[in-house]
Amino acid sequence: MPSLDDLRKRITSVKSTQKITKAMKMVAAAKLRKAQENAEKGRPYSEKMNNVILNLSKSITDKENAPKLLVGTGEEKVHLCIVLTADRGLCGGFNTNIIKKAKSYFEKIISENKTLKIITVGSKGYDQLKRQYKSYIVENISFKESKNTNYFDADKVGKIIIEKFEKNEFDVCAIFYNKFKNVITQIPQEQQIVPLNEDKDDKDVSGNDNDYEFEPDEDEILSNLLPKNISTQIFKAMLENSASEQGSRMTAMDNATRNAGELVDRLTIEYNRSRQAAITKELIEIISGAESL
Amino acid sequence: MSNLFNIDIVNPEQSFLSKDNVFEVVIPAVEGEIGILKDHIPIISFLKPGIIRVFSESEEQSFYVEDGIVEFKDNTLSVLTSSIFDLKDADKNFVSESISSAEAELSKDNIDDQKRFLLNHKVEVLKSISIN
Repeated sequence: MPSLDDLRKRITSVKSTQKITKAMKMVAAAKLRKAQENAEKGRPYSEKMNNVILNLSKSITDKENAPKLLVGTGEEKVHLCIVLTADRGLCGGFNTNIIKKAKSYFEKIISENKTLKIITVGSKGYDQLKRQYKSYIVENISFKESKNTNYFDADKVGKIIIEKFEKNEFDVCAIFYNKFKNVITQIPQEQQIVPLNEDKDDKDVSGNDNDYEFEPDEDEILSNLLPKNISTQIFKAMLENSASEQGSRMTAMDNATRNAGELVDRLTIEYNRSRQAAITKELIEIISGAESL
Repeated sequence: MSNLFNIDIVNPEQSFLSKDNVFEVVIPAVEGEIGILKDHIPIISFLKPGIIRVFSESEEQSFYVEDGIVEFKDNTLSVLTSSIFDLKDADKNFVSESISSAEAELSKDNIDDQKRFLLNHKVEVLKSISIN
């Protein structure tokens, strides 16, 4: 049985941990609001971009000469996976969920005897993947220095992907990130960006798209637009990720604070009991001492 | 009948400008400037470095853009661009920095003609901004 002194020390230490987690929760809540705002502000851009590409790809008649970024290389031997994670821990299952999703995809690729290449964005993803998949990781990018998610960073990743594609280093490219649903739920996502998968649910786009005038021709616009679209998709993923990260951290820290509270309650009861026990013991000793006289 | 239409300029981070009372927009498309009025036929094009001029009833605004895509449809002009700023709050240092980095890029040997043309154009536009 721990002594009174030990118990008192433990209570103080749990209390100070609780203070930290509580502060982290509040910081995450403030950051979450900002990240959510940013994600919302960034949405029109990617939506419009998608629309334009959809309209363009519909009007392309010559599928064989269409840009490879849109239709693919015709093979799917080499898969490039971009795993987007956070740079910090203490955010619940956030990083682990992405990694889990990515790992199951990796296993599928490997079991099909295809070549796997991995780019990790964010240091936590690298830390978790390097043990098992070290030989597959071709690049490890981290934006620890950037305070906010910005397009410039996403563009850097996009340029790396384009460069690799032009060197024929991969056929299919997929990104992994957490989609922000609400503060409690974040859904790990797998999204293929090369070749571009047309969304099946976009069928209701108006049918008069043949009326467009293109300047210069469709092919040239597409080949200019597709690289930009990759950066945009990555940026979108990064925005979703940063909102998810803060949401996840907030929930995790909220739980931690509550758990710490429960622990303090339990320890306090134990402390009071053993204090009472000690007093009772001393009383018995005194009484029995007095009786024996 | 009114001859006004809508314009939306968005960059990846946010919606940059949204107006519904413009009557003419001049955009620096890659094959030359295009003036867009109401009921223009639907068009998709992309931009080269230059100045977007937006004429609305009350004012005229000018923005510098580096690149981007424009789409005009149903009397809405959407401009998607990753780098844009209002000429009114142009930052002298930023402009001169951009000029020097573009010039540095130009002095490299391994650039193709199209890129050289775009860079030359960019320097030209930026210089005209810094004079004003």
